[in-house]
Amino acid sequence: MALTGKEVEHVAMLARLKLSEEDQKKFGEQLSAILDYMKRLNDLDTEKVEPLAHVLPLHNVFRSDEARQEFSREEMLANAPLEESGLFKVPKIM
Amino acid sequence: MPNTEYEAVIGLEVHAELKTESKIFCSCSTEFGAEPNTQICPICTGMPGVLPVLNRKVLEYAIKTGLALNCEIAEFSKYDRKNYFYPDLPKAYQISQYDLPICRNGYLEIEVDGQQKRVGITRVHMEEDAGKLVHQGTITATPYSLVDLNRSGVPLLEIVSEPDMRTPQEARLYMEKLRAILLFLGVSDCKMQEGSLRCDANVSVRPRGETRFGTKTEIKNMNSFRALERALEFEIDRQIELLEDGEKIVQETRTWDESKQATFSMRSKEEAHDYRYFPDPDLVPVVVDRDWVEAVRETLPELPDAARKRLVQNYGLPEYDATVLTLTKDTLDFFDRCMEEYHDAKVVSNWIMGELNRLLNQQNLEITECKVTPFGLVSMLRLIDEGTISGKMAKSVFEEMFATGKQPEVIIKEKGMVQISDESALEPIIARIVADNPKVVEDYRNGKDKAFGFFVGQVMKATRGQANPKMVNDILKRILSGA
Repeated sequence: MALTGKEVEHVAMLARLKLSEEDQKKFGEQLSAILDYMKRLNDLDTEKVEPLAHVLPLHNVFRSDEARQEFSREEMLANAPLEESGLFKVPKIM
Repeated sequence: MPNTEYEAVIGLEVHAELKTESKIFCSCSTEFGAEPNTQICPICTGMPGVLPVLNRKVLEYAIKTGLALNCEIAEFSKYDRKNYFYPDLPKAYQISQYDLPICRNGYLEIEVDGQQKRVGITRVHMEEDAGKLVHQGTITATPYSLVDLNRSGVPLLEIVSEPDMRTPQEARLYMEKLRAILLFLGVSDCKMQEGSLRCDANVSVRPRGETRFGTKTEIKNMNSFRALERALEFEIDRQIELLEDGEKIVQETRTWDESKQATFSMRSKEEAHDYRYFPDPDLVPVVVDRDWVEAVRETLPELPDAARKRLVQNYGLPEYDATVLTLTKDTLDFFDRCMEEYHDAKVVSNWIMGELNRLLNQQNLEITECKVTPFGLVSMLRLIDEGTISGKMAKSVFEEMFATGKQPEVIIKEKGMVQISDESALEPIIARIVADNPKVVEDYRNGKDKAFGFFVGQVMKATRGQANPKMVNDILKRILSGA
């Protein structure tokens, strides 16, 4: 199941990756190979298998609604490359 | 002038912030208005290796809301990741619900020109809010953006309606009813200005009689009921004009500009929505058994429709009064507390819808923030009934109560405002005024109604508005006919 160049380009755009033509071809082949491998699942008979939403045999894990502060602003901003007046500073978006 | 050859098709997507103490997947506070980034932790800032855990109250509020909106509550529900890049979304995905939302297939009812109309609710699901961007200057001219993540991870309900509305007025009524229900449930404080209740609209137009939908646009950034109605009116007219000119509607997202009173294309660089949803492996599914649903149903309070019926049936109030009094739970509570102490519902309703609402709107206050208590209002009504003050004096007493929070008896005493209902005190005053104005007496006897009003005015002036109006009328008539 070969991905088209356009599909590879679209996926790259969604991931904000700039691919050279060469990369696009290479990743296109790799992605296609992965999809082909996964396609083998289609050959299995899943008639009697319940759809699975989660791999752990668990449900309803909750916390109670109690607020507390566990980190100071200084700690939370400590790893930010840029910061200004207590805010994360990022490149402009438009 | 609305073009009647077309009809609009409107569906709304409403986001309501839930009134929990802590965020949906971590223990950070949700309180509004804190200093930037003081209510954040590794979970709500998307640090690697953290484990989100669902706040049980969020699920309970979602079930409660679903039941109030007549929805089916899913037995099995899960969380999914909605992937997109934006600086206010630190994980680059929003935890939301995709194919298995907690509630489906509900409705609410609105009243349009005296007719009940049902608006379908497609689904209600839980998700997390994003952070906030702070810009230096305008969004396009700013050299960089600043990010406050306090809001990141605040629990939201997304409530999606069916495309069942046909006019901006219906959309507004739907929004008002939805807000009233959420307020009665106590699950959200629904403040549109603060963004705890937000609304996007999908709107298209089609020739009347056509059953297929036209191409729709999505409208964002409507921050009040008024803005919602105006934005839809504008957009419907815009689309009709395009069709009339033989042009095509472009499916796109548009933003409402309040200052220009128009919608504008957002021309996002982002391609058609492609969120690549997949189940969130950090969060386990939610299973809600039927006993749990019934237990939550037991806790449902009286809802706006039931309250409205009660006001009409028990107190004989007009539909209009009942609707206004049930727009918020706080207004209804105020009314109900008055009725524990007082007999005349229409009088109470008139004061709440009239003077009280007027002063609240004027000063932009909520009924819970105002200084007049139900007890204060009832005390004042009793003073009117007993003849201590006139209805006219009551208005200024009420304003004083609203401004200072003082009890009416205290205000009356301080201002010397007691109504004069003593005949022997009023009669000499009235007699003197009549004697001083023989020409007006002549006019009165020649049938000029205005002349009577003149005397009433003079008596009120002489008594600084404190004379009992009914008594003044009686004494005046007697003196004028006898003298």
